[in-house]
Amino acid sequence: MREISTEKITETISSLCIRANHYLAPDMKNAFCDAVAKERSELGKKILGQLEDNLKIAEEDMIPICQDTGMAVVFIKVGQEVHITGGSLEDAINEGVRKGYTEGFLRKSVVSDPIERKNTGDNTPAVIHYSIVPGDKLEITVAPKGFGSENMSRVFMLKPADGIEGVKNAVLTAVKDAGPNACPPMVVGVGIGGTFEKCAILAKKALTREAGSHSEIGWVKDLEEELLEKINKTGIGPGGLGGAVTAFAVNVLTYPTHIAGLPVAVNICCHVNRHVSAVL
Amino acid sequence: MEKHITLPLTDKDIKELSSGDYVYLTGTVYTARDAAHKRMDEALAKNEPLPIEMKGAVIYYMGPSPAREGRPIGSAGPTTASRMDKYAPKLLDLGMSAMIGKGKRNPAVKEAIVRNGAVYFAAVGGAGALLSKAIVASEVVAYDDLGTEAIRKLEVKDFPVIVVIDSRGNDLYETAIEEYRSE
Repeated sequence: MREISTEKITETISSLCIRANHYLAPDMKNAFCDAVAKERSELGKKILGQLEDNLKIAEEDMIPICQDTGMAVVFIKVGQEVHITGGSLEDAINEGVRKGYTEGFLRKSVVSDPIERKNTGDNTPAVIHYSIVPGDKLEITVAPKGFGSENMSRVFMLKPADGIEGVKNAVLTAVKDAGPNACPPMVVGVGIGGTFEKCAILAKKALTREAGSHSEIGWVKDLEEELLEKINKTGIGPGGLGGAVTAFAVNVLTYPTHIAGLPVAVNICCHVNRHVSAVL
Repeated sequence: MEKHITLPLTDKDIKELSSGDYVYLTGTVYTARDAAHKRMDEALAKNEPLPIEMKGAVIYYMGPSPAREGRPIGSAGPTTASRMDKYAPKLLDLGMSAMIGKGKRNPAVKEAIVRNGAVYFAAVGGAGALLSKAIVASEVVAYDDLGTEAIRKLEVKDFPVIVVIDSRGNDLYETAIEEYRSE
C-alpha cells in the first residue's frame, strides 16, 4: 500500500484551483491560435484580440481570467493500492477548494441550498466524481465550471430510431440555443449512451479531454469533425456577435446503453474551458 | 462605429447609438445581478425605495472576484443578462437608461427598451481581467451581505462595450449571426 496524506491532497487541489483560473491550458492555447487565423468578421477578430489580451493580463497580474471562477468540479482517480492517511478524502478535497478560492482571490459562487440560496462563503462544496482504478497513484483533475455556459447545457433522451442524425440535431440545438450566453468560441462536450446521469458525466468528462484530440472510434471521430464544422457554420461567432469561429472543439465520449434508449448530453463550455491535472 | 461617451447617457446619446456600435464608456455604473435584482424587486413590491436612483442609471450585470491589495476590483466581466429579464422591464420603466451584460434578451425587455428609449450593451464575456483594467474605483453601496452580488458603484474609464439592442429595437445578436451563417 502506498500512503498519500490528505494534507498533500489539499495542497494539490488548492494550487490546481488557482492555476486553472489564471492560466489557459496548453491545448486551449493551441486551439485559440488556430481559431484566430480562421475568423473573417472584423468584430469577431477584435473580440478574439480582446480575449487574447485578457489571457495575458490574467497571467501577468494574477487576475482570474473570468470573474466567474466556477463551481469546482473534481475528477479523482484513486488507485486501489493507495492508502489515504490523515482523514477523509472528501474533506481534504473541499479543504483544498476552500484554501485555493480564499488564498487565490477567486470568487465564492456557491450557495448552500438551491432555493434558500445562502452563499457558503468559501466556494465549497466541490462536485466530486470518484473512480477506483488499478495502481498506486492518485490522479486529480480540477475543472472549475462557470454557469454562463453550464446553464445552456442539456440532456436529451432520444429514441434508438433517432440515430446519429438525432444526435447531431441535439448538439446543434443546444449550441444554437446557447448562442452568445455561453461566451463563444465554445468547447462542446458530448456524452452519448449510458443512462440519464451517465451521459451527463461523460459530457462533462469530454470537456477535460485535450482540445484538438479525437476519439479512437472511427464514427465518433467523424462525428466530432462534422459537428465542429456545422457549429462553425451557424454564424454565432466570437462573443455571439457573428463570425466563423463559434467553437474550438467538439469532444465526444460514448458508453454502452440500453436497447430502448439513446441518451445524449451536451455540456457547453466557454473559450477558456478550465481544466488542469496532477498525479500524486 | 467607435464612440466615446461620458455618463450619464443623454437622450441624444441614446438616440445616436446604433446596434453594432463599439462604445467606450466613462463615468458611474452600478453593478447588480440575480440576488440584488430579486431584493430590489421585493422592495418595489412593498413600495419601499430602491437603494440607488434608477433614473438614468447604467446597470452592469456583474459580480466581481475579490480585489487583490491595492486594486479597486478583481476580475469583472459580464454575466448572462437573460437571468435579469424578469426584472428589467420594471427597472426600465423606472428610468434605467442602459444595461451592460452578455447574451440574448427576451421580447418583453426589447419592448421596454424601445418604450423607454434605453439601450442594451454587451461587454465581452470571459474578458474579466481585461475589463477590470477599465474600472478605476469600486464601492459597495447596498446589500453588502450578498458578497459578490452586492450593489457596487463603479467608476469606469473607457470601458469597452458593444451596442446590441438599440433604442429602435435592432438586435445585433440576430442580424450579425445571419450575416455569417452558411448552413
